[in-house]
Amino acid sequence: MINGREAPVPGDARVSLLDFLREHLELHGTKKGCNQGACGACTVLVDGERVLSCLALAVQYEGREVTTIEGLGTDGGLHPLQQAFIDHDGFQCGYCTPGQICSAVGMIEELRRGVPSYVTDDLAVTDLGFGHDELRERMSGNLCRCGAYNGIVDAITDVYGEHGT
Amino acid sequence: MIELTYSRAADVDDAVRTAADGRGRYLGGGTNLVDLMRETVETPSALVDVTGLSREIAPTAGGGLMIGAAARNTAVAEHEAVRSGYPMLARAIVAGASAQIRNMATVGGNLLQRTRCTYFYDTDGSRCNKRNPGEGCDAIEGFNRMHAILGASSACVATHPSDMCVALAALDAVVHLRSLSGERTVDLCDLHRLPDDRPDVETVLEPGELITAVTLPAPNPAERSTYRKVRDRSSYAFALVSVAAAVELDGDVVAGARLALGGVAPKPWRARRAEEALRGRPATEATFLRAADAELADARPLAGNAFKVELARRTLVAVLGHLTEGGRP
Repeated sequence: MINGREAPVPGDARVSLLDFLREHLELHGTKKGCNQGACGACTVLVDGERVLSCLALAVQYEGREVTTIEGLGTDGGLHPLQQAFIDHDGFQCGYCTPGQICSAVGMIEELRRGVPSYVTDDLAVTDLGFGHDELRERMSGNLCRCGAYNGIVDAITDVYGEHGT
Repeated sequence: MIELTYSRAADVDDAVRTAADGRGRYLGGGTNLVDLMRETVETPSALVDVTGLSREIAPTAGGGLMIGAAARNTAVAEHEAVRSGYPMLARAIVAGASAQIRNMATVGGNLLQRTRCTYFYDTDGSRCNKRNPGEGCDAIEGFNRMHAILGASSACVATHPSDMCVALAALDAVVHLRSLSGERTVDLCDLHRLPDDRPDVETVLEPGELITAVTLPAPNPAERSTYRKVRDRSSYAFALVSVAAAVELDGDVVAGARLALGGVAPKPWRARRAEEALRGRPATEATFLRAADAELADARPLAGNAFKVELARRTLVAVLGHLTEGGRP
């Protein structure tokens, strides 16, 4: 299932989830950056968890619910994060943005669940709060070569800051 | 085109039967294998998906913990029993890769991930004894800043990239294996081989043998432990040096220590010489320095990574200092 629609998996096991989305289903919102798991541009949500579609084989995800940027917002009906990225200049060229937004949606669920990060001081605490350092560490898998990080952090904080956890 | 089949293993028996001919590869999260296949470093004819096998995390009869090989890295790091009983392991996991990759990667796959030596991946332009035994190693005279200072050979100087394995080495983890010939266990510290003249043979696994679980002995409540990673940027980078350490004090004396180093060797490096140098000695910086020097006495740095010897020494001393001073590690 891709964005709530049935999609038959490719016959060739080599096809990555990323290429399946872009080349087979013509969902071009998900971007191919490094194609080797180093940049995060291809981040999508699978059953609500963020993953890298470039390192995922499409055939492995049969029966799972995949959500791409096209499934989060529509023309005239932007996801709150999309609007916040516009409001806070959370991008310049925009290439990493779909991955940043899908990643942030997955990130906030991890934070609510209490998943620790490298900067979590006390592993016994699961009510982690929405700190600047936590946010930056948790989003470190998404690179932005334009360097719009401050705007990205502001956008995510704008949407989730008060109700983040 | 290379033929490639894909199947989902229904259970462990099904998995080892399907992969018994040795030409297939077990597929976990794919975070390393997919990349290796794309670069044609790996060219399996069959993928046997084992992500549907046990991902259970459960206490063992002896007060330890069993972690199913299909458990995702995130699931291990967030598990209450890991956070409370094995904080070093939780910290090592969240020090590795990115959240997206940790959501995909399995424990079994993490153990069997291959080096990130760039010459190993450069199938078109570089010689590599790990890819093509006997053809030579371009890293030894090349850019070797990230490479090994301990345990390497004249054939290969690549490092093992895992953070999780470094903690598992210090925690005396046991790896459970299954093949058509039955079950067996191997200590994590004995799972990976040193390269010697066969860097292509990285573990003691037999062809077709499957990792089914990792078990940890009961935690020692008297130990303080942590994992510290030093890298080129503050997040999402492989280790230059990492230290997994657990220390038990008896007054001002080190009653015992379990130490392992990452980023410096072809395998997770259990630092037994340093442990021996600490045992029964006063918990002072002089002791810690002696222990670090004992471990690093055999270090053989390359042209580009001599800094790692001093970095490993200082990181080890700093971690031991934190663990024995009562401050937060």
